[in-house]
Amino acid sequence: MSDAPALVLEGIRKSFGPNEVLKGIDLSVTPHEVVCLIGASGSGKSTLLRCTNLVEPVDSGRVVVEEEEITAEGVDANRVRRRIGIVYQSFNLFPHMTVLRNITLAPREALKMDRKTAEDYATSLLERFGLADRRDEYPDRLSGGQQQRVAIVRALAMRPSIMLLDEVTSALDPELVAEVLNVIRELAGEGMTMLIATHEMGFARDIADRVCFLEEGRILEQGPPGKIFSSPENPRTARFLRRIIEAGRL
Amino acid sequence: MTTRGTGPASGPEPSTPTGSGRGSRALGNRAVLVSGASTVLFFAAVALVVALAPGSGLVAERFFSPFHLWQSLRGTPSEPSVLGAFLLNVYIFAISEVLILVLALVIAVVRGIPGPAFFPFRMVAIVYTDVFRGVPLILVLYIIGFGVPGLGIGFFSYLSEVTYGIIALVLVYSAYVAEVYRAGIESVHESQNAAARSLGLSRFQALRFVVLPQAIRRVIPPLLNDFIGLQKDTALVSVLGSIEAARAAQIYGASQFNYASYVVAALLFVLITIPLARFTDHLIARDKRRRQAGGLA
Repeated sequence: MSDAPALVLEGIRKSFGPNEVLKGIDLSVTPHEVVCLIGASGSGKSTLLRCTNLVEPVDSGRVVVEEEEITAEGVDANRVRRRIGIVYQSFNLFPHMTVLRNITLAPREALKMDRKTAEDYATSLLERFGLADRRDEYPDRLSGGQQQRVAIVRALAMRPSIMLLDEVTSALDPELVAEVLNVIRELAGEGMTMLIATHEMGFARDIADRVCFLEEGRILEQGPPGKIFSSPENPRTARFLRRIIEAGRL
Repeated sequence: MTTRGTGPASGPEPSTPTGSGRGSRALGNRAVLVSGASTVLFFAAVALVVALAPGSGLVAERFFSPFHLWQSLRGTPSEPSVLGAFLLNVYIFAISEVLILVLALVIAVVRGIPGPAFFPFRMVAIVYTDVFRGVPLILVLYIIGFGVPGLGIGFFSYLSEVTYGIIALVLVYSAYVAEVYRAGIESVHESQNAAARSLGLSRFQALRFVVLPQAIRRVIPPLLNDFIGLQKDTALVSVLGSIEAARAAQIYGASQFNYASYVVAALLFVLITIPLARFTDHLIARDKRRRQAGGLA
């Protein structure tokens, strides 16, 4: 890989009051790479994603997106966020807007795209992910799986160079998980660079180029999924995976 | 600590409610009967008291004389028409309402802007709402209506008394309505704002397109409630000398020695507030239905 990294995190630290959630995270993601973050609840996965697109300001450390340091003084965070798509566990669709308007709002207002271009692109994305007939519905009328797919489309409509997915299937009923994971698989197949926090270990093993195990705000171990899941070096990684297996989730 | 505290069933023996085990249908019929009888009894008692009061004949003549009801409504060559004067109330209400909606929104938004640079603006918004919610409307009317003309500052000191009245109403009611807006804004979950900002929208765009539309929808019923209050308080503008419905009724009463004019004014206010109140109820019910229907997410 001769390309410059798509994303570099250097010494990211973040505290909420006396509670230090991230204790110096270093991570580099190359273009088209899919990196999965695994670890127990509270290990800092979500906070790391939120710090990456500056929704949470970092206490110290650098975030570099395509060779531009976005944590530097005077960088317009709004402009940065347009290049980084993020999808949350709880969808967070705008309930007072139709699906189409949810998707076109940011392209039209933040990118000043004209209405027709934005709507055409949104419609083509909806068609691709089997949601064309939901275009004019309000989010309340959609299933959780459909809502989450719309949330993914909404992020894609900004044509981001990297996608951050924060436990996107955790709030879904089990039978709806697959449709969302399939969308993510498709994105990975197209070469979208992704940083994914997930509890779906089977999915992580399938899709990830690299898996990072987080505990207490540090990356304890990382490597290709085959290695992490079958022969982890760190005893804590092994313990975590054993608990997951006992819970029947791998 | 010992592990064996009081047992889980240490409360008083659950007593069986007496006499309620006979089926709800019988109870339903009885409830209708009781409410019907109680309504009849109540109004009969009120009618009896009014009819048997020593001054009932006098009150019927002074307050409910059909001739005076009609004449005060229309006005005479020497007394203003209560209906005509009521149009001034409607005018004051309509102008004030629009201004209040705008000013209150500005105050509520300013109060929510984070960051140390905006501290003075937030402070002004807080002091404003504290002061104008605390001072009685009638005092604000006097202070604006008599104080500003006294200052002698050109244009601003030579406005009509109705304009001063509107200014006072807007100042006081905006403080209340700003708090209503603020409650609405705070009721929109922070994740909505985070989602909007994550898409690259600015703070202002997130507020305008995502937070405020949801917030305002939620506060329409309490807003309408405040406007029913505003509609009535337009009568207070009369202390500055404007002849609105309440003052017109007073003039009629003072010269004809008959108070049917007050009843007319009261009816006019009720006529306009009742539809507003029913509309509010309708919106509250609709909102409730919608939220219950949306509970399956």
